[in-house]
Amino acid sequence: MELSGAEIVVQALKDEGVETIFGYPGGSVLHIYDALFQQDDVKHVLVRHEQGATHAADGYARSTGKPGVVLVTSGPGATNAITGIATAHLDSIPMVVLTGQVPSALIGTDAFQEVDTTGISRPCSKHTFLVKRVEDLAETMRKAFYIATTGRPGPVVVDIPKDITDPSVKIPYEYPRNLKMRSYSPVKKGHLGQIKKAVELIYNAKRPIIYSGGGVVIDNASGSLIDLTRELGVPLTSTLMGLGAYPASDRQFLGMLGMHGNYEANMAMHEADVLIAIGARFDDRVTGHIAHFCPQAKIIHIDIDPSSISKNVSVDIPIVGSVKDVLNDMLRIIREGDRKIDNDGLTSWWERIEAWRGLGCLRYEQSDEVIKPQFAVETLHKVTGGDLYLTSDVGQHQMFAAQFYKFEKPRRWINSGGLGTMGFGLPAAMGVQMAHPDKPVACITGEASILMCIQELATCKQHGLPIKIMLMNNGYMGMVRQWQEMFYEGRYSHSYVDALPDFVELTKSFGHVGMRVTKPSDLEAAMQEAFDRKDELVFLDILIDPTENVYPMIEAGKGHHEMAMSPASKQGGQR
Amino acid sequence: MKRHIISLLMENEAGALSNVSALFSARGFNIESLCVAPTDDASLSRMTLVTTCSESVFEQISKQLNKLIDVVKLMDLTEGDHIEREMMLIKVRAEKEMREEIKRLAEIFRGKIIDVSDNSYVIEMTGDSGKLDAFVHVIPEDHVIEVVRTGVSGIARGVKSLTL
Ligand SMILES: Cc1cc2nc3c(=O)[nH]c(=O)nc-3n(C[C@H](O)[C@H](O)[C@H](O)COP(=O)(O)OP(=O)(O)OC[C@H]3O[C@@H](n4cnc5c(N)ncnc54)[C@H](O)[C@@H]3O)c2cc1C
Ligand SMILES: Cc1ncc(C[n+]2csc(CCOP(=O)(O)OP(=O)(O)O)c2C)c(N)n1
Ligand SMILES: [Mg+2]
Repeated sequence: MELSGAEIVVQALKDEGVETIFGYPGGSVLHIYDALFQQDDVKHVLVRHEQGATHAADGYARSTGKPGVVLVTSGPGATNAITGIATAHLDSIPMVVLTGQVPSALIGTDAFQEVDTTGISRPCSKHTFLVKRVEDLAETMRKAFYIATTGRPGPVVVDIPKDITDPSVKIPYEYPRNLKMRSYSPVKKGHLGQIKKAVELIYNAKRPIIYSGGGVVIDNASGSLIDLTRELGVPLTSTLMGLGAYPASDRQFLGMLGMHGNYEANMAMHEADVLIAIGARFDDRVTGHIAHFCPQAKIIHIDIDPSSISKNVSVDIPIVGSVKDVLNDMLRIIREGDRKIDNDGLTSWWERIEAWRGLGCLRYEQSDEVIKPQFAVETLHKVTGGDLYLTSDVGQHQMFAAQFYKFEKPRRWINSGGLGTMGFGLPAAMGVQMAHPDKPVACITGEASILMCIQELATCKQHGLPIKIMLMNNGYMGMVRQWQEMFYEGRYSHSYVDALPDFVELTKSFGHVGMRVTKPSDLEAAMQEAFDRKDELVFLDILIDPTENVYPMIEAGKGHHEMAMSPASKQGGQR
Repeated sequence: MKRHIISLLMENEAGALSNVSALFSARGFNIESLCVAPTDDASLSRMTLVTTCSESVFEQISKQLNKLIDVVKLMDLTEGDHIEREMMLIKVRAEKEMREEIKRLAEIFRGKIIDVSDNSYVIEMTGDSGKLDAFVHVIPEDHVIEVVRTGVSGIARGVKSLTL
């Protein structure tokens, strides 16, 4: 088969099994767009801003586990994509970003729409390629997909100068299926000796806890995590990124840990004697003040990326390998052995934990007058039966969703944790809906966040994406306002979102359905109607209490045991 | 804090060197010298990197370097017996009675005078970094015109090696 560079790009996508890509055309990718035009296998979703393309591809990847693919032009196309690349990078999301570049001969001349794309994206991607010869293109595509999806996944940028895709130059094409790279070979199997040591430590534990993270979701290892946790009978807490990998309704689940985590989870971390960290990276939002972190615990850390281990917190038993492989080995060793975990110790440990749990750290003051954001998320859970793909923007609404939407399955909670990118929610929901056309998909957002990628409402119209947008409209950059209230004596510097559009009218002007909800008593019916309108995008502008804060909270510089509680939990108020 | 000499083999590809240097600046790692050239296998480059840091930072540096897709292999030379060498070209003012004195000093340090003018020498010298430092110190400060150093390169002693 003889193909041009442009055709090679498209054929390689087919050979990788890519069905959908997200992109925006421009001069340097026109040859590729022409090749796309002449085929039907790879579907292209035209976004309205390149940031949207990257977040959409990211949402696609997070909800399926398959790599998201982006195609953008050189210069401003590439720079617009950077935020989305960085977002995917910090959360370890597999993505391949194809960027056009000025013709090879013009590189370095400040040519029209030239930027050093590999230079800009290097620090915020897993790897970058600049294609120098059309003969290298097929192999580079293969390498890009291989690197993006294996080991600790991440975005890979392939920068393709326009001359490389010249339709008049055809070369023989063969896709290199069995790629081997001498410089890159991620480990999957964990070291058995280390795993045995870890099991031994767990047997001797009196107050063990599992701290699981995004790595479990990434590795599709939810089943193994559930098996191990049940086998051991130990408590489990999850990071923001790991939510859903373990069913939230299970008794052994203590909820999220960290800055806005549950009291019982953070207290258990503080008093644990053995910490089993699984695919989690000891982020500062999780650890609180490092000096106060798990002061009594011996730490086991399972992670596929050696550089994740002992980066922020030094660990006692490092195990490099994929979550699934390591957990399955652990389970086998435990099941084949005749040892049992210290049950007496465990019983009194659970008693302590139940006492913390009894405090009801997520209590809030319910109201008949004004919609509380917590109530809104609980209602969303009720209306959707807990079975929803929920994307989020960044802010208080994100934390309320994490706390109150009890996720039972992995890949359902789609949010930007590491970079915390406002504007992520709506385009990410587009990617999720493209991947799951028949499933309910909602985006929870704030009035500040939604405006950052609002243009994508047009993409939703063009592609018939019936996303449900749940705007928690508090008129403030709530998360910023909360910090200003708590740490800047109420000086609300530029956190009031003035001059807001009429979101209902705005939505209608894009050709969708918009509704406003102001009363708690109307909320459930409105949400129900939104989900009943199966083929339409519905934008619910939900006016919520502008003064609500996210609790509990570990303030900066404090430890897990020093959480600030909500006024309602302090008073044992209504749940 | 300890001084480490990291030797690494990496793909001889565009961007590989940038990936390494960008890593050091992005993560705030200190880098004292860096020296790189292709090996006998033209597809591979060998880099020698010197850094002074704590053990935990060193662990991160080597893990992060290993994580770079272009890095094939890596070794901490300071872990075992090794030889380190650096080359220096130093231009010094050499006039009147100092002409003899500097020549004598260069001989003591086994340097070679490779360029001579009426009032200057260029001296070539190899050795470990300490020796080169010492030579620069014995030359009176106002006589040193220009110093060019390659940065350290190194190799393990004995059969231990960093090859494919
Ligand atoms: C406003 C805001 C508030 C936040 N508050 C909190 C909070 O209260 N609590 C909280 O937890 N987070 C919070 N976060 C998120 C936080 O910033 C981090 O993103 C998050 O804690 C990281 O989650 P993680 O440790 O699971 O790591 P991830 O970023 O999900 O990283 C996954 C880890 O697993 C490893 N891994 C990947 N694949 C595999 C595999 N196949 N096998 C083994 N290991 C693998 C990776 O190497 C990595 O170390 C907040 C974010 C925002 C924006
Ligand atoms: C792109 C970007 N800019 C700034 C921030 C800092 N930031 C974090 S939360 C937040 C406020 C979000 O407000 P809103 O979307 O209304 O959500 P709320 O907190 O009110 O629920 C801001 C500005 C960010 N995370 N991302
Ligand atoms: Mg808001």
